Amino acid sequence: MTILTLLIPVSLGLGGLGLVAFFWSLKHNQFDDPEGQANRILSDRFDTTPNE
Amino acid sequence: MSDASPSIAVCPACVAFPVEKAMPVRAATTDAVRRVELSLPTIHCAACISGVESGLARLPEVQGARVNLTQKRVSITIADSPGIEQHLIDLLTSWGYPARELDSRALDQSRVDKTGRDLLARLAVAGFAAMNVMLLSVAVWAGAEAATRDMMHWLSAVIALPTVAFSGVPFFRNAWTALRVGRLNMDVPISLALILASGVSLAETIEGGQHAYFDAALSLTFFLLIGRYLDHRTRAVARSAAAELAALEVQRATRVAPDGKREVVPMDAVRNGDLLAVAAGERLPADGVVQDGRSELDPSMLTGETMPQLVQVGDRVHAGMLNLSGPLTLRVENVGEETVLKQIARLVETAESTRNRYTSLADKAAKIYAPLVHLLSAAAFLFWGVYSGDWRLATNIAAAVLIITCPCALGLAVPAVLTAASGRLFRNGVLLKEGVALERLAQIDTVVFDKTGTLTSGQPRLLNTADIAREHLVLAASLAQGSHHPLAKAIAKAAGDLALPSISDVTEHPGLGTVANYNGQEVKLGRASWCGGSDLDQTATWLKIGDADPIAFIFEDSLRPEAPAVIRTLQAAGLPVHLLSGDTEAPVRALAARLGIESWTAAASPAEKVAFLNALANKGRKVLMVGDGLNDAAALAAAHVSASPASAVDASRTSADFILTSNDLRQIPISWHLAKSARKRILENFSIAAIYNMIAIPVALTGLATPLLAALAMSGSSISVSLNALRLGARK
Repeated sequence: MTILTLLIPVSLGLGGLGLVAFFWSLKHNQFDDPEGQANRILSDRFDTTPNE
Repeated sequence: MSDASPSIAVCPACVAFPVEKAMPVRAATTDAVRRVELSLPTIHCAACISGVESGLARLPEVQGARVNLTQKRVSITIADSPGIEQHLIDLLTSWGYPARELDSRALDQSRVDKTGRDLLARLAVAGFAAMNVMLLSVAVWAGAEAATRDMMHWLSAVIALPTVAFSGVPFFRNAWTALRVGRLNMDVPISLALILASGVSLAETIEGGQHAYFDAALSLTFFLLIGRYLDHRTRAVARSAAAELAALEVQRATRVAPDGKREVVPMDAVRNGDLLAVAAGERLPADGVVQDGRSELDPSMLTGETMPQLVQVGDRVHAGMLNLSGPLTLRVENVGEETVLKQIARLVETAESTRNRYTSLADKAAKIYAPLVHLLSAAAFLFWGVYSGDWRLATNIAAAVLIITCPCALGLAVPAVLTAASGRLFRNGVLLKEGVALERLAQIDTVVFDKTGTLTSGQPRLLNTADIAREHLVLAASLAQGSHHPLAKAIAKAAGDLALPSISDVTEHPGLGTVANYNGQEVKLGRASWCGGSDLDQTATWLKIGDADPIAFIFEDSLRPEAPAVIRTLQAAGLPVHLLSGDTEAPVRALAARLGIESWTAAASPAEKVAFLNALANKGRKVLMVGDGLNDAAALAAAHVSASPASAVDASRTSADFILTSNDLRQIPISWHLAKSARKRILENFSIAAIYNMIAIPVALTGLATPLLAALAMSGSSISVSLNALRLGARK
């Protein structure tokens, strides 16, 4: 059972990482224009001014 | 793709390091920089994005342009100069993207959706915590004992308690607001369940007990927040779309300064006594008195009448009328309570205040549900406390009852359906202002239509082509050729490709008609009084050749092509249809006969329209009113539920619950069917939730509930409710 002391913090840490990433993307306006982002990736042009 | 940059196959490095290229050096501007937002209703693809953005970036005065494809808008940062919006609109339109200006004031509220982000953040935290605690709980359900179980419980507590405190805030806040004024809402049992579940589970954990409900408390928060977020998003989309519609009408007027100079000013800046110039084809921006010029005005938006009125110097004119033939200068007179706009605004206000309050299905359910749950839980607590004398057990059971009955599914039942339904309506080109309107639409048993602009398109059509000799028709058409007057255009259209005789010395007399020379004779096309015709009760124009008797050209407002089918569909579905128009009797009677509408009312004033709807409501009828004019605004507000085409005036679109953005009447029966199935779906969802509760409550009351059972009941009911709602959106 000692493996739990390792596995539980690791799994929580990974989950937490995902949560932090989500907050980061939320803060950087990445959910403002989902349709636009989906289409921009088809364009060769480099997006120099992603959502401010 | 209009962008000239090399493709990745030709020059990978150009694509990887294009920054210098994509950011042309700009002259440092010291001018004020401002942001212009334009609506681009037709953009839809990646090529559109780069076409608009790179095109705008090439303009020297533009500092940045960003397309938002989801909202179909472009936001442009640009050096400020007068008339810049119009310049940008013309430019974008010439590139093939018709643009419309948006009012930045109305948009500021809809742009930053703070509440939505806040809910999303709380939802993410609740989701994260619920998954983890659920995993930890699996160990307990699988039979972990003693120290292992305690450890899992403690870990769960560490995750769950802060999460409930953070993610539960929207519920706690609502519950507190309701309790403070002595009322019960759905959030009271939710908050109680969350607090009790966390408290009891913490106590159990400290005591080393068997049952901890941390996972239930968290999944409850998670599912309920999903419902809350969906609800919020439906509202936010409707609100931002409504703001966009309001913003589309940025009102401007051309003011004539005392020295004769003309400038375009926003309507707010117009004062009493100002002189305004109104060109032919424009709508009058304000009430006033004609100072100069002579023209014909189309009052149909204001009164529903289709017959043009002749106005000359000294005549009173009203905002909203359309100037048909000649330029006018008017002196603004907006004073007093007697302006037509103010009278209509007053009527709308009264109608809104007397509209009987509709209780939404969710509120009805909450009213039955909240007291029932509290009573059951309190009864279980008292019974077990007195019966067994073990108050800890009693608290446990009371908490289990609250958790299991908690309205997870109930919280999802309505928002999930409304989200699916309004999404489908939006794709059909129907804008729903608020979800409750959909429930009201499902109940209608009568439909009332306005005539002008709703069933008809507002474009006149020559009616008596058969009575007019061909030579007269072609002569009239050649007189009408150069004019922008709608009646003249209708004559030209009726003549079609026929060869037109040549005429000379064509002179247009604004407000009267056109005169010309034809084979040495004077020919006139215009108003009855000018050409010697007699006044008819229908819209007519007259042709006079030399000294001969004048010939009448009679017009009718042309019907929207889909109108007859829509009326037939509604009648076949058992909905009586009324025609309620402000126009004169003859055209209304003719149209009613053509559409097979037996009940019609003509020459109804705005107040009479409201009275008509109130009389129907008093008879217990639930009326859908469809209208577009200023004279319909109050009636739209008075009806049980109302719809407006997007071509309607601002006041009507504000009063209406539904806006047909596609201007297609066929969406009315379609939306009605959708509303009925949405209502059915909501009721089904309530039944699903009730069935789960009927099974789970007795188990909880007898003290046999376990955390596993609570988790199963909660997830099971939430998922079945959501899936049931999704059926509505998916079906084609």
